Amino acid sequence: MIVDEKAAIDHGLKKVEFKKICDLLKRIPNITELGIFSAMWNEHCSYKSSRLHLKKLHTEGKKVIQGPGENAGIIDIGDEDAIVFKIESHNHPSFIEPYQGAATGVGGILRDIFTMGARPIANLNSLHFGSPQNKKTKNLLRGVVSGIGGYGNCIGVPTIGGQTCFDESYNGNILVNAMTLGLVNKNKIFYSKAAGTGKPVIYVGSKTGRDGIHGASMASAIFDDKIEEKKPTVQVGDPFTEKLLLEACLELMADKSIISIQDMGAAGLTSSSVEMASKGNLGIELDLNKVPCREEKMTPYEIMLSESQERMLIILENGQEEKAKKIFDKWNLDFAVIGKTTNSKKIEIYFDKKRVADIPIDFLSENAPLYDRKWKISKLPQKLKFNKESFKSLKIVDCLKKILESPNICNKKWIWEQYDHTVMADTIQKPGGDAGVVRVHKTNKAVAATVDSSASYCYSHPLSGGKQVVCESWRNLISVGAEPIAITNCLNFGNPEKEKNMSEFVECVQGINEACKFLHFPIVSGNVSFYNETKNTGIKPTPTIGGVGLIKDYKNMVTMDFKKKDNFVVVLGKTEGHLDQSIFAKDILGEKKGPPPEINLFNEKNIGKTLLQLINNKLIESAHDISLGGIIVAISKMCIKGNKGIKIGKFKGLINKFEYLFGEDQGRYIVEVNKDSLKKVTEILNKNSVHYDELGILTEKDIIIDERPILSVEELKKLYNSWLKKYMI
Amino acid sequence: MKSSVIIFPGSNCDRDMDVALNKYGFKNKMVWHNDAELPKSDLIVLPGGFSYGDYLRCGSIAAQSKIIKSVINFANSGGLVIGICNGFQILIETKLLPGALLRNKYLKFICKNVFVKINNFENKYFKNIKKNILELHIAHNDGNYFCSDNELKSIKDNNQIAINYCNKNGQISEEFNPNGSINNIAGLFNKNKNILGIMPHPERMIDSFLSGKDGSIFFENLINNLK
Repeated sequence: MIVDEKAAIDHGLKKVEFKKICDLLKRIPNITELGIFSAMWNEHCSYKSSRLHLKKLHTEGKKVIQGPGENAGIIDIGDEDAIVFKIESHNHPSFIEPYQGAATGVGGILRDIFTMGARPIANLNSLHFGSPQNKKTKNLLRGVVSGIGGYGNCIGVPTIGGQTCFDESYNGNILVNAMTLGLVNKNKIFYSKAAGTGKPVIYVGSKTGRDGIHGASMASAIFDDKIEEKKPTVQVGDPFTEKLLLEACLELMADKSIISIQDMGAAGLTSSSVEMASKGNLGIELDLNKVPCREEKMTPYEIMLSESQERMLIILENGQEEKAKKIFDKWNLDFAVIGKTTNSKKIEIYFDKKRVADIPIDFLSENAPLYDRKWKISKLPQKLKFNKESFKSLKIVDCLKKILESPNICNKKWIWEQYDHTVMADTIQKPGGDAGVVRVHKTNKAVAATVDSSASYCYSHPLSGGKQVVCESWRNLISVGAEPIAITNCLNFGNPEKEKNMSEFVECVQGINEACKFLHFPIVSGNVSFYNETKNTGIKPTPTIGGVGLIKDYKNMVTMDFKKKDNFVVVLGKTEGHLDQSIFAKDILGEKKGPPPEINLFNEKNIGKTLLQLINNKLIESAHDISLGGIIVAISKMCIKGNKGIKIGKFKGLINKFEYLFGEDQGRYIVEVNKDSLKKVTEILNKNSVHYDELGILTEKDIIIDERPILSVEELKKLYNSWLKKYMI
Repeated sequence: MKSSVIIFPGSNCDRDMDVALNKYGFKNKMVWHNDAELPKSDLIVLPGGFSYGDYLRCGSIAAQSKIIKSVINFANSGGLVIGICNGFQILIETKLLPGALLRNKYLKFICKNVFVKINNFENKYFKNIKKNILELHIAHNDGNYFCSDNELKSIKDNNQIAINYCNKNGQISEEFNPNGSINNIAGLFNKNKNILGIMPHPERMIDSFLSGKDGSIFFENLINNLK
């Protein structure tokens, strides 16, 4: 095949990029080399549009063992235990083939975790679908959910949490972000950095097929009418083989024969071998005739670019091959020595005794393109002036009913009951709460995890939105009694070549960073997914944050279900009644403009820390953060889960009651306190200058506002549980 | 009391079962599917999971594995064998238990708490058990028990139904049937009542911080009956 500018463009490279390749090599690359360059230089692998901005992220902290740049981030949770975690997107493949796309998304993130020597202990996922009215939405949802379940359930890792959102901006680009947490002994972590020359390079796992060739390039392109034709670029998952690979790798890791290990994810053998060599400042030599292939007559180009799943590349100590092979034989997995490390600082690939590629490693990594794309500061939209007279025609109960039944608020049990969330027998907080919680096996510790996004806020004002998502994550962890430790982020955006999308990216990242810095909540891993755009329409900016926290004694964990009649319900944090961008404004008033609620990081931190102190002093019976839908939705959920009602006292101050109940001001929580603890609680709140309102007391079953019962908890349940189940029939 | 948990490639509840058995006083050993001999045991457990990926009928490949011959011999000589979830599917594929386990009625994986009512107490598993209705946890895709009319008659004649899905008051009806099983069957004995297959996972319910603790009642009772 002739390699020219056109071939390069077909590979997703730009003209200037092709010229740069020729200049670097001082010749025209052959087709295999072109394939390798295109795989390493696409957005997905090179972060060429985002690198400049990601460099500025707050990534350090006392508990950070490993920040971004490895397969996953690692944090210290005391004793010898560490948690390895990361979130990753599989958006493009999931839109084309929802079951396999989502399944292999889960498979990929699991491998990132156990590559580092950790046993995966929990999965989470963040899903964004188009409008429920869009004709594709239902099938995409069904396919994605069964794909996630099909993979996670089989491998035996509990799916403990997640979120599912609907918005028309995802009609042509759904988002499927998968997160995994693993547990590792902090003295036995494995990295991808190669060391030493003449060390055997080992291929283990499944055989290589033609599936997923150019998957990473596809993930770096925008969709058009011919998207269906891309089906063959979606990989096919085999969770059974992954389970075997997991057990075999962990068995091999028990001794010291591995120098470095890397999973073959995006761009397969190409990126794994280049990354290992690049980090070790070494060269690597591969003989592709030795690669176990599933199909006949595969070319070097196909072998290097295949994204067949469930494969790993390992660099072993010399002389350990036999012992290692025995372990992989036991688990019935392929094991092949396919090359060695060299001091050439080049990747040299042989096939049929001929050298078919010869590229200096730094051309592929350090010399990869880097763009400072255009962006500009976005203005904060003007605050809306709602006509409060018009609220008089509304009834609280009608608004609440409509919101509880709405797609973005309703119960998502239909989804999470299809995920095994209890395997490993350590899940102590299931999906549906503020955060999922798993015990650290055989200890008193537990790890809490949550995934969050706020696309509408980010769309309205990226900087505030970015801050808000981090705070939301922080609050969800605190609400279960966990000390927030660190986050991972999945940055889902449109086309970075467009100023608007790039601005959204840059400002969301700034917002995230600002909040992370202030809250000492560092970013330890992540992934960027650009080009979420179909036929010129991009998604709303959707940074997804995966937060992880620690509960030192799991017996102190808090849940959100209201516990006991006559207990007091208190709102922590000040309610100003911010309605712009709220569910109330959008779903009830049909108003989509206005700025998102303001974030006050000082208050956020102070209130969060204070609540954690209250929880650790065992003064709190239940807790829940206030987010979408405001106070009334938060207490409704707590009533539903705890099978209780609530009597809300007289509204204080001048604030309109719709603003009070439905406003989405940030930095607030609802807590339940028993009578005996109330004094102590208010003392601590006063001492820490935390604003609070006594909202009401718990009743047997009725929601009572202004002395009038408006709904029973049974009615709340019916409303909350109805929409998704009905929709999916 | 000695127990053995068989690990097939793809088993994923083996560790949870090991933890539960040890907690209630068994001395448990893990046995690899490719071994030929079983260690001396008072109880053999086939754990949950996706043995060999379950890409064919669930449990069908495991039923052909090397260790399974010893399990069958052990069972046929009266030894106690319990299969949970995938283990139940394997017991059916080995023909140690009658019938079949089909895809769940609504074709979805189901993970949730259910109530089951114990139907037969004249055996080592449920004799003297403190409660006759247990809250347990299911997590499966293929738990829809099915058999022919003749088989069902024989199952009933021999009092082989172990547990049925029900509500918290013990009412057995279609409304409380999570997966479409005939007669709400959630677990089954062989004729001699030494072999038990159940879909729910008692090993996931062994303390109050998990989904519940009725699993503890099951294990405590079992070891007491074996002593």
